[in-house]
Amino acid sequence: MEAAVFILSLVDCCALIFLSVYFFIITLTIITLSDLECDYINARSCCSKLNKWVIPEMIAQALATVLMLVSMHWFVFLLNLPVASWDVYRYVKVPMGNMGVYDPTEIHNRGQLKSHMKEAMIKLGFHLLCFFIYLYR
Amino acid sequence: MSTQGNANPNSSVNNYSMSSTQNGGGAAPCQNGPGQMYPAMYTASSYYSSAPPAAYPTVAGHSAPPTGKTPVSSTGYSGNYYQSSSGLSPYPAPGTHQYSNAPGQSFQQTAPYAMPAGYYGQVYSHPSQGQTQPQPQQLQPNLMPASSGSNLGAPLYPIVSYPSAPGSSQYGTLRSSQTTAGQPPVSTVMPPPPTQSSLQQYSQGIGATPTPAQPGYGAPPLSQAATVNGQSNAVQQHYDQNLHNPMSHHYAAGPPNSQGPDKERPPSGTPGTSVHSSPQHHPGLLYGDRGVNNAISSAAGDHSSSSSDHEEEDEEDEEADLAAPPAGVPAKQAPPFGYNYPTMHPAYQQNPAPKPNPSPSHGGYNPPGYQPYSQPFPSLSELSSALGGLGGVSELEAETLRPVNLLQERNILPPKRAPPPEPNLSNDLRKVNCSPDTFRCTLTNIPQTQALLNKARLPLGLLLHPFRDLTQLPVITSNTIVRCRSCRTYINPFVSFLDQRRWKCNLCYRVNDVPDEFMYNPVTRSYGEPHKRPEVQNSTVEFIASSDYMLRPPQPAVYLFLLDVSHNAVESGYLNVFCQSLLDNLEKLPGDTRTHIGFVTFDSTVHFYNLQEGLSQPQMLVVSDIDDVFIPTHDSLLVNLKESKELVKDLLNALPGMFTHTRETQSALGPALQAAYKLMSPTGGRVTVFQTQLPTLGAGLLQSREDPNLRSSTKNVLHLGPATDFYKKLALDCSGQQIGVDLFLLSSQYSDLASLACVSKYSAGSVFYYPSFHHIHNTAQKQKFQKDLQRYLTRKIGFEAVMRIRCTKGLSIHTFHGNFFVRSTDLLSLANVNPDSGFAVQMSIEESLADTSLACFQAALLYTSSKGKRRIRVHTLCLPVVSQLSEVFAGADIQAISCLLANMAIDRSISSSLSDARDALVNAVVDCLTAYRANGSNIQPSGLIAPAALRLFPLYVLALLKQKALRTGTSTRLDERVFSMCELKSQPLQQIMRMVHPDLYRIDNMTEQAALHLNDSVIPQPPLLQLTAEKLTREGAFLLDCGSVMYLWVGKCCNETFIRDVLGFQNYASLPSNMTEIPELQTTYSERTRAFISWLLESRTFLPAFHVVKDDASTKTSFFQHLVEDRTESAFSYYEFLLHIQQQMSK
Repeated sequence: MEAAVFILSLVDCCALIFLSVYFFIITLTIITLSDLECDYINARSCCSKLNKWVIPEMIAQALATVLMLVSMHWFVFLLNLPVASWDVYRYVKVPMGNMGVYDPTEIHNRGQLKSHMKEAMIKLGFHLLCFFIYLYR
Repeated sequence: MSTQGNANPNSSVNNYSMSSTQNGGGAAPCQNGPGQMYPAMYTASSYYSSAPPAAYPTVAGHSAPPTGKTPVSSTGYSGNYYQSSSGLSPYPAPGTHQYSNAPGQSFQQTAPYAMPAGYYGQVYSHPSQGQTQPQPQQLQPNLMPASSGSNLGAPLYPIVSYPSAPGSSQYGTLRSSQTTAGQPPVSTVMPPPPTQSSLQQYSQGIGATPTPAQPGYGAPPLSQAATVNGQSNAVQQHYDQNLHNPMSHHYAAGPPNSQGPDKERPPSGTPGTSVHSSPQHHPGLLYGDRGVNNAISSAAGDHSSSSSDHEEEDEEDEEADLAAPPAGVPAKQAPPFGYNYPTMHPAYQQNPAPKPNPSPSHGGYNPPGYQPYSQPFPSLSELSSALGGLGGVSELEAETLRPVNLLQERNILPPKRAPPPEPNLSNDLRKVNCSPDTFRCTLTNIPQTQALLNKARLPLGLLLHPFRDLTQLPVITSNTIVRCRSCRTYINPFVSFLDQRRWKCNLCYRVNDVPDEFMYNPVTRSYGEPHKRPEVQNSTVEFIASSDYMLRPPQPAVYLFLLDVSHNAVESGYLNVFCQSLLDNLEKLPGDTRTHIGFVTFDSTVHFYNLQEGLSQPQMLVVSDIDDVFIPTHDSLLVNLKESKELVKDLLNALPGMFTHTRETQSALGPALQAAYKLMSPTGGRVTVFQTQLPTLGAGLLQSREDPNLRSSTKNVLHLGPATDFYKKLALDCSGQQIGVDLFLLSSQYSDLASLACVSKYSAGSVFYYPSFHHIHNTAQKQKFQKDLQRYLTRKIGFEAVMRIRCTKGLSIHTFHGNFFVRSTDLLSLANVNPDSGFAVQMSIEESLADTSLACFQAALLYTSSKGKRRIRVHTLCLPVVSQLSEVFAGADIQAISCLLANMAIDRSISSSLSDARDALVNAVVDCLTAYRANGSNIQPSGLIAPAALRLFPLYVLALLKQKALRTGTSTRLDERVFSMCELKSQPLQQIMRMVHPDLYRIDNMTEQAALHLNDSVIPQPPLLQLTAEKLTREGAFLLDCGSVMYLWVGKCCNETFIRDVLGFQNYASLPSNMTEIPELQTTYSERTRAFISWLLESRTFLPAFHVVKDDASTKTSFFQHLVEDRTESAFSYYEFLLHIQQQMSK
């Protein structure tokens, strides 16, 4: 019993560490995108900056999900699963000729910038929620 | 300057107004165009020793070739001023007149105006009409009360009233209440003005008189002139008050501090009548000095150079005037009605407003249903006559809203290609509005809110052709380019001047100051008329930019040619054609003394050519390390064309022979492009790539992805997107270094254009594709290649360009189409800009536009010309905002809508799938027609009803679905499909429309009836035929004009005379099956046919390939695939398509 609690708290701790990384990533995404919106940086550098973080974010999210599964926190696991699968989905779905999830040639078209922004905001909300769940469990 | 100004302090207001009248009058608009006037300028220098020397440098600087030659830019300038000034004034008058007099019948009466409105040459031959017109008007005093003359001049603002109307009237109306104080003195001065201002008016006409080309003004009918004179004097007075009072008021009552900076401005309104006593050329000197003293290349400098020489012409004119007033004055009065239209309107606007017929001849413009329609609305017609310009507009609108039952209307095509709809604006605005060829909006009536736009279910967007070759373009040299301080909009004809000192931005509504320099008008050389500056009179202008607009010194023209020399390439024989073309055009490459040129060839290795001056022959340097390609030597691979011309020629002569026996089949395009990038990145410039096969080596190698068995599948088409991001990345790198890459693909096999095209797409280049090119076996293709190269090498080019499109607050641009890289939200980065590329953008309405009546769009293109000048070309379009759904439908521009939809569909097919895109196109029609049905109340319940403005919508969409880019079920090579997509995305509207819906004419029985007479050649005007085999007969010969290719289909039983006289063969049987041109025979039949064809080609930049198709030949299918109304095994006929739509609508 004790061991289980210990492992659990450790796992939570790990998750928290990952989360702080998320926060970093997610905040970075938002800042970078809003920079782009306001013309402070150009699309090329913005996208290369963001694309660098797509894979780390995906891995971190997946790892957190797996940890929750291992520690048998079903609720938190189910909460995390859709986000993780979305991350994987969007990475897999990138067309062959594109330069990553964020493509500088298309980010200004068809409101992509807006939808990316929306996505980042939703994720930020999600991680804030998670943060408190982990903290008080 | 100041001393000069103070030298005649008593000159006061009148002096000012006078200088405006004299210079502005006599010299002004026209002569500024150095086109013909350069000679005069030299004489001027001898007359006025002080002024001109200063002027020369500015002129020379302005246009790089020193003095002797007429620079392109200035010719354009002259063209503009001078044409509009002479052509314009008579023209609008008849239009409005005729219309207002007898609107009911006026459709029949249009014949007199059938003269080609858009073509300046003709305008001059008709000025007498302008003078004859006033008479009928006087006969109808009840309709046009006393002030009819001025009514015309200062046109009514029918629907949209806009204070910034560039006419002079604005000042009058705005200030008339204030001016009472200043009035008396001015009115004492009035007696002289009639002549003065007559002169001023005359100025608009006189531009023409010195040159022999315009006989019209020289001999106006005197008998009528009397009445004209009487009338126009009234106009004059009206005008003078308007113009001068405000000024006197301004000076009299203006705050003292405003006089501080401008010493030359006289102290308050002492009404000195020294007008005539001061020598005529005085102002010229004054302003000439101004140019000197300021030592700036301001507009003053630019124009004063030319203005000083006008002085003498002025004088002559004025002398003549004074010597023989009775004869002279009427002559000058000739174009009084034009007066209030400010001097320089782009000539294309000259067609009378109410008739939608800018097409050069519309003798036969009588679309079915038009005539009967006009009768049921007599009251409307009367109303229109009473309201002048207004009636035509509303009637036009009613016409465009006329419901058409598409299922019953068989002949839906107008006999001529329909002109774009005219925006519903006041005449003033309409005249200065941007040409529809340059700037077009899908909805000429902008809906007020997004909700309204959604209700209409039509896409809102702009189609641009910003770098189009223009025949006339005002070029402005100015120290300060006046822009809005918050949104950086360039000042344009649609801003409003609150007073002399402040203007209100029409995009963000910020109130800005008018800089001092802007108060001086270089065209009329008058002061205090900012609203008459060329920037405010023309919606298309070009500025010479100062160093503020440069990040680095303007780059020279640099051209690099990247040539595929693998076995495949040598086999196709393109090298010969290319080298010969380049040799022929070496002198004509745009550029100056700094022009650089270089060559790189590649197969499995990359070869560079050292062309250093002083070498006895070109040196070839081979780099075989293609994994890490490097530049063998840095200084001599790109050489100055002038210095190394002989070596370049040697190389071009030797090149085709150098690789004749090559066995190399591999192609290392990627490494070669990387090398080109490295070579060019210090300067930027243009890389031209010739590729004949799939790149197989090194970075960026591609695999064949096409499965020939799936070419005609009706299911999804795969591989429309790029296979690798290598080319995209490279293109973005290039774009960052200002390198544009143009791709010529000459390949018979699959070469994965979808991937290769990226290199041009994102570096703002252009793509050319010649499927199955061979110099012997495919002569038509070879000829096309030659013609295209000729144009490609010699066309204008702009380097290191950026374009920004701004629109009125509330509208926002969210998607861009075309070849460029969107660097930030609204900044398009164009490494190279060429005159043949078009752009499209989609917009949404973010905020309601309810508080404005006009929406404006401005495209500003900043580029470095091939002569190393930084220039900004600015286009401004102004459109009305409406609140009714019916008005939105009435203003729909179906051609623009189709083009924008095509662009959207292609995006969709790449990002989603082809079938999605096709469905979306059909849905666009269904939605739109459903919206119209839901909106309209007075429509018959059955049938497929569309507003007349949108009656071609289903047809165009069907044509789009049958394009190579979007069709399914018909065998289409992947490369050809992708190329068609590239074309749809990057071509200008006209070209796309010809491609999508070609023009079909029967040309074996063309008659002189309704023919067009253009400089002593007769051009027959056969009616457009619908694109169906039903219209073809075996007895006829038909011309199908698809933009980039033309087919002449000869029927089996075609009239022998035609075959003999036009095609030069005895009979049908002896016609060869691969004829690619019409011989130049000396028969009238042949001449007429060729005149017609060359008339069709007149405005084209790339000449089409020409095929003579026999009825039985195998090429027949390529002809018949363009008959879009017919059924094919996999696609609907037009009627079936309509039924399909109807069915979808009833769901």
